[in-house]
Amino acid sequence: MAKVVAVTGNEACANALRQVNPDVCGIYPITPQTDMMQRFASYIADGKVDTESILVESEHSSMSACIGAAAAGGRVVTATSSQGLALMWEMLHIASGDRLPIIMPVVNRALSAPLNIHGDHSDAMGARDTGWIQLWSENGQEAYDNTIQAFRIGEHMEIRLPVMVCLDGFIISHSIERMEYLEDQEVRDFVGPFKNFLPLLDLDKPKSYGPLILTDLYHEYKRAQHEVMTKVKDVVLDVAKDFEKLSGRKYGIFETYRLEDADIAIVILNSAAGTTKDVIDEFRDKGIKAGLLKPRLFRPFPFEEVAEALKHVKAVCVMDRADSFGGYGPLFMEVASALYPLERKPLLLNKVYGLGGRDYLPSHAAQVLTELHDISRSGKVNVLKEYIGVRE
Amino acid sequence: MATTLTLKELSKKEDRFTHGHRMCSGCGAPIVVKIALMATDYPVVISNATGCLEVSSCISEFTAWNVPWIHTAFENAAATLSGVETMYRSLKKQGKMDREVKFIAFGGDGGTYDIGFQSLSGAMERGHDMIYICYDNGAYMNTGIQRSSATPLGADTTTCPAGSVIPGKLRSRKNLTKIMAAHNIPYVAQASPSHWQDFAKKVQKAHEIKGPKFINVIAPCNRGWRSKTNDAILLSRLAVNTCYWPLYEIENGTTKITVTPKQKLPIVDFLKPQGRFKHLFSPENEGLLTQVQDEIDREWEKLLKEAKTD
Repeated sequence: MAKVVAVTGNEACANALRQVNPDVCGIYPITPQTDMMQRFASYIADGKVDTESILVESEHSSMSACIGAAAAGGRVVTATSSQGLALMWEMLHIASGDRLPIIMPVVNRALSAPLNIHGDHSDAMGARDTGWIQLWSENGQEAYDNTIQAFRIGEHMEIRLPVMVCLDGFIISHSIERMEYLEDQEVRDFVGPFKNFLPLLDLDKPKSYGPLILTDLYHEYKRAQHEVMTKVKDVVLDVAKDFEKLSGRKYGIFETYRLEDADIAIVILNSAAGTTKDVIDEFRDKGIKAGLLKPRLFRPFPFEEVAEALKHVKAVCVMDRADSFGGYGPLFMEVASALYPLERKPLLLNKVYGLGGRDYLPSHAAQVLTELHDISRSGKVNVLKEYIGVRE
Repeated sequence: MATTLTLKELSKKEDRFTHGHRMCSGCGAPIVVKIALMATDYPVVISNATGCLEVSSCISEFTAWNVPWIHTAFENAAATLSGVETMYRSLKKQGKMDREVKFIAFGGDGGTYDIGFQSLSGAMERGHDMIYICYDNGAYMNTGIQRSSATPLGADTTTCPAGSVIPGKLRSRKNLTKIMAAHNIPYVAQASPSHWQDFAKKVQKAHEIKGPKFINVIAPCNRGWRSKTNDAILLSRLAVNTCYWPLYEIENGTTKITVTPKQKLPIVDFLKPQGRFKHLFSPENEGLLTQVQDEIDREWEKLLKEAKTD
């Protein structure tokens, strides 16, 4: 039986982790993630989980310890944000290269300099090439649901990869929303017992983790990582099907909103999608056929499906809450790559919005949709990449 | 029952670090590993920092390790092992494991004194049940003899070369053994492969103490020290007998010198056979040589006092 609650995104993720009851967790504070793992620490202190915590001295050590624990053989979690994820960068590659299904909520926050604690996607986008699966979440409910599903996806015997669950700093991590919790037993049954694969603590069959591999085989190892990523999409969909049976909530590899017959569309991640949907409704009321695509699975990126969903649209704006300075926004690059093989391609725009927690307002969505509407009629794009919501 | 530390008994034990590794001839590090593992009478999991030992012992599908072994990166052998040890405790608590397992991390001085210092300090402070063993050869030997904070005063390395203006390293070594003792962990020791019984005893003792332990072991590197290939034991003995590398332990805060040289030899006896100190014997560097001797005398006196007071 589902339980209706009013909680923050951080609290929801902490509760999901409590329900899963992992064997080991790494804990280190960083705004805005801090109160997720401090809540989890209180579950440990109150004996509500069997988890052993490692209260590390840095995020680098957190990910190192999580890798050690996961290689030892068991279910491992941690959480981080921003500089913390950046400090882990080296170890993120090792977690995925060693095929260790560590689950990590990432409460998205801007990167220094200047120092800024508020929400944007620079942190997780900076980690997009680290070999982790990335699931993105619009709200607390999705963050909770994605966290639970992440275990089934990452630990799948055909996959064995670490998973980041991304949610927007403060906007979601610290805002109270109405949402539904599953029962503890339902979550435990859904996730199932941890299945070991070549654990280090199998003392009678000693294993060596982390060899030196040079020109003879390194290339093949990396191709294996590429190949396993191609299998992730189907697993994500299978897990989502089971999750729907349990919760009634439907998940795909992305969400579309009024996109089927749209002339113009916005592609946008996480919390800003909610604001955008409201403004799309207003445009629809005015007779303008607007729609939205909100990626859920960003790594691996579902290129064919995204192209299929957008192929009929006249003009698409991909909105990035992160920038690749000197390049296009990271989400734009993926969508543009997805659309390239199409014979008839939508016109494309890239807007960078909301960096360092700058508000994304309905007026910003309206401004973009108006521009898209004009482009859809004129067929002309003036400025391809542009910052919006800038104080001039 | 702990193995009796005689060569006869030890020779009966199965090799846990086997032949076939690719360390240089005459390297001190594999001797350190072999002694430590011979003195370990339990199932053991090894964590290894990136470095000579790691790149030479597990390559592609070949491994020299007959025990579970993990390498992740350079600066985090202690953090990685703290994760393994925590998972072990978690599984044990949940009744999913019952065997007694020991944990040893191996790192060179670069991976321990320098880049791995924070990770080591954190793991020791957290109280994980493990022994961290540093094999200290006094420079980044794996990358080609660059200076570390363990490089001795006056040494010639590729990043503090003895030039016509600057005579090698102008700074003294960091005393990591004392720094680890300042963590107030239950056991800290210094050891040398030349005194294998002393070292093995320290390992055996450390295994019987619950909590974090640190053992610093000198490990001659003939490439970096520019010494003869077969001089590893001779040089590590000279390091002990000149009091460059005193053998002592600090157990629950009490310092004990475990081997006192019969006759304290002058430091030049240790420096002379090593090419990295050759320039110190030019007349213009006489002052530096005196400084090296003075420093060793001062540190040795300090240690004697500490051992006496305790």
